[in-house]
Amino acid sequence: MSGALVAGWLRLAASRIAAERVHLTELDAAIGDGDHGINLHRGFGALEARLAAGDFAMDAPGPLLVLAGRTITGTVGGASGALYGRALQRAGAALEAWPGGSGVTLAQLATVLRAAVDGVAALGRSRPGEKTMLDALVPAVVAFEAAGATGADLAGALQRAADAAEAGARDTLPLLATKGRASYLGERSIGHLDPGAVSSALLLRALADVAAGGA
Amino acid sequence: MVALVLVGHSPELLRGLRAMLAQAAPTVLVSVAGGTDGGTLGTSAPMILAAMRRVFAEAPDGAVVLLDLGSAALALEMALDDLAPADRARVRVSRGALVEGAVRAAVEAAGGAPLTAVLAASEVPPGQAKLPDDWPADGSAPA
Repeated sequence: MSGALVAGWLRLAASRIAAERVHLTELDAAIGDGDHGINLHRGFGALEARLAAGDFAMDAPGPLLVLAGRTITGTVGGASGALYGRALQRAGAALEAWPGGSGVTLAQLATVLRAAVDGVAALGRSRPGEKTMLDALVPAVVAFEAAGATGADLAGALQRAADAAEAGARDTLPLLATKGRASYLGERSIGHLDPGAVSSALLLRALADVAAGGA
Repeated sequence: MVALVLVGHSPELLRGLRAMLAQAAPTVLVSVAGGTDGGTLGTSAPMILAAMRRVFAEAPDGAVVLLDLGSAALALEMALDDLAPADRARVRVSRGALVEGAVRAAVEAAGGAPLTAVLAASEVPPGQAKLPDDWPADGSAPA
């Protein structure tokens, strides 16, 4: 898990969010306030610009993730900005134990992912099954942990995490929202995908693709 | 004197509210964090942190924070994570309505009230004492 991998991930995430912003916003218009794609696009666009401008040191993945999280919380606005910012900052803080990013085992990386997802759950006072980004993130961490235990390499473990996140996002369709703006709709939230779960899966797929070298 | 920190999604909304407070309680220090870093609608943890640090540079008696919507509490909680422990101990976050709570809190603070009293003043339920007692309970126009 090098700084270059993290930077490559953030750049790919920004371009995929740009491509998907209309879709994400349409999902959010159905059950939220219709700004998820626009907000994420603005925040990741700002992040991409700062990466391109050389504002961040790229050699250490931990501090890079912390700074990326701060940029996201300052520019996305809304709950998703705070939650994604918290995830990136917690992951970055957990990675600071390995300054160069080398020599981190998959089991140790699993604790980094777990710290990020726990940060989201704690800030949002939420858990899986409530039609939120946790419905993609938690299965992803579980799959990553399982892949690590069976001897997968980093790219393989991230691939399985992204698969689990996408399945988790699809599975939000029949759920009743009880957290966030979608909860205002009550039963009318049933039958729609959760935009936060979909964007979480998108971010994890981008990470897996960068790790696989296919980006 | 206790200071106020106003957190909201709209820079214009908070600018207007600050002008109201400056008239109602000109001696009270008010710091605002409205919108995102790019000036769009939303909230920003770094801006909230900066607003809190500005007041603590000048207000040793603490600050009451007021929010416009619940999602602002997520960004606020992140900002509080990064605030120095000594300053965090001097923050009280209000459950009161933004406009009425801020006006009541500012007037209370201007009178030299302590942090707990300013917080209590800010948390008077919205609507209370806004309309005359004989206004119809269903909100319809009086006969």
